Amino acid sequence: MWAEVGVTAFKLAVIAGVLLTVVPVMTWVERRGAAFIQDRLGPNRVGPWGLLQPVADAVKLLFKEDVTPAHVSKGLYFLAPAIAVFVALSTFIVIPFAKAEGITLFGVPLKGLIVAPDLNIGVLYLLALSSISVYGIVLAGWASNNKYSLLGGLRSSAQLISYELAMTLAVLGVLLANGDLRLTTIVEHQGKLWNAVPQFLGFLVFLVAAFAETNRLPFDLAEAENELVAGYHVEFSSMKFAAFMMSEYINMTTVSALATTLYLGGWNLPGVSLPSGWLGLLLSFAIFFAKVGFLLWLFVWVRWTLPRFRFDQLMRLGWKGLIPLALLNLLWVSLGLTQGWW
Amino acid sequence: MSAQYVPVLLTFAFAATMAGAIVGLSALLGRGKLAHRRKLEPYESGMLLIDASRKRVSVKFFVVAMVFIVFDVEVAFLYPWAVSVKTLLAEGNKLVLWDGLIFLLLVTIGYVYLWREGAFDWAKRGGEQ
Repeated sequence: MWAEVGVTAFKLAVIAGVLLTVVPVMTWVERRGAAFIQDRLGPNRVGPWGLLQPVADAVKLLFKEDVTPAHVSKGLYFLAPAIAVFVALSTFIVIPFAKAEGITLFGVPLKGLIVAPDLNIGVLYLLALSSISVYGIVLAGWASNNKYSLLGGLRSSAQLISYELAMTLAVLGVLLANGDLRLTTIVEHQGKLWNAVPQFLGFLVFLVAAFAETNRLPFDLAEAENELVAGYHVEFSSMKFAAFMMSEYINMTTVSALATTLYLGGWNLPGVSLPSGWLGLLLSFAIFFAKVGFLLWLFVWVRWTLPRFRFDQLMRLGWKGLIPLALLNLLWVSLGLTQGWW
Repeated sequence: MSAQYVPVLLTFAFAATMAGAIVGLSALLGRGKLAHRRKLEPYESGMLLIDASRKRVSVKFFVVAMVFIVFDVEVAFLYPWAVSVKTLLAEGNKLVLWDGLIFLLLVTIGYVYLWREGAFDWAKRGGEQ
């Protein structure tokens, strides 16, 4: 019993460590990537190629004055960033980051680099918890008692729930073809063919919805700098502000990892059979993370390429564009089921 | 059976600690001097405050929320179906797929109705309100 809890805690520490390392690296990639795309230098003074810039930023944010404006709703104002961080740090536990065949730690089989390998509600847990993150944003917008914040929070809540529908419908296609909510079996199921190929429509819908769910451009109506200054977190300073940024980057990583497991075959590469044991764990983790890294770069790439949607366009795309496509994908998967294609 | 939720509890404890630590540390380390009254006013791009924020909210947001609840519950109904279809089909139960598709058809009828009623139109064509 205690050995199992210990192993779980160990896996949690490793994976959370990886995610929390991705955050500063991604802020660096984002700023340097933006500079690269816009043909300028970007941060290059702190450390080689500006690599230590995130460290400087973190220290600065930690010691910045934490202003609590007089007009805010105190309780909710402190609760909102906490919710954002809580959700970001608890959704990833059902994603298998690597496979672990024949590895035992203190007599406990590892069952892959995944915190909760036996949780039979799998992806449902992730979808359910990630919808709580709406509260973080809408409460931040409301509690700030500021026009910009309120508008950002309201828009964002409408956007998040609209695209959540498209996302859950797209995921339904994968579940239909796979017949299990556990993500490990979904990855094993894609040994021959990645889900992105037969369910290309579903993958497309999922990817677009993922951009909207993480509030990233072209769907960052929640913070739209040019009109709402910073949207829902304009009244937050110091680490409370950093909490929102951190949760945004962790959510990006989680959703990239989810897209990789659901559609891009997890650690499977066509024509490659991985060895078992520790070498297999390292190799599968490397493959998995390469795919996640590509998707993360895609987030940055799209951000500096596409302009922002107008709000009515955003709602039209969500309700009239993505949902019919997701339903079409569902019909296609059902057809395949009757023919025994997957 | 409940042992599978032990990792979830562990993660919740970890995430709650982190969340509390971040908000707490920020309050502890970033304690400033007594701020001027102006500094604690709502942010208005450096101008004097015009208009309050706690006002009536456009009814469109409520429509989106209502439509979402209807469809989200319907999609949630489809999840247990989607998970069990494959095993039931393998057992030779061909009807199960049609059950789900008929349910989906009913959802689609509601969807088409809402579309024609204009529930999904945020603004008229051209972006005017």
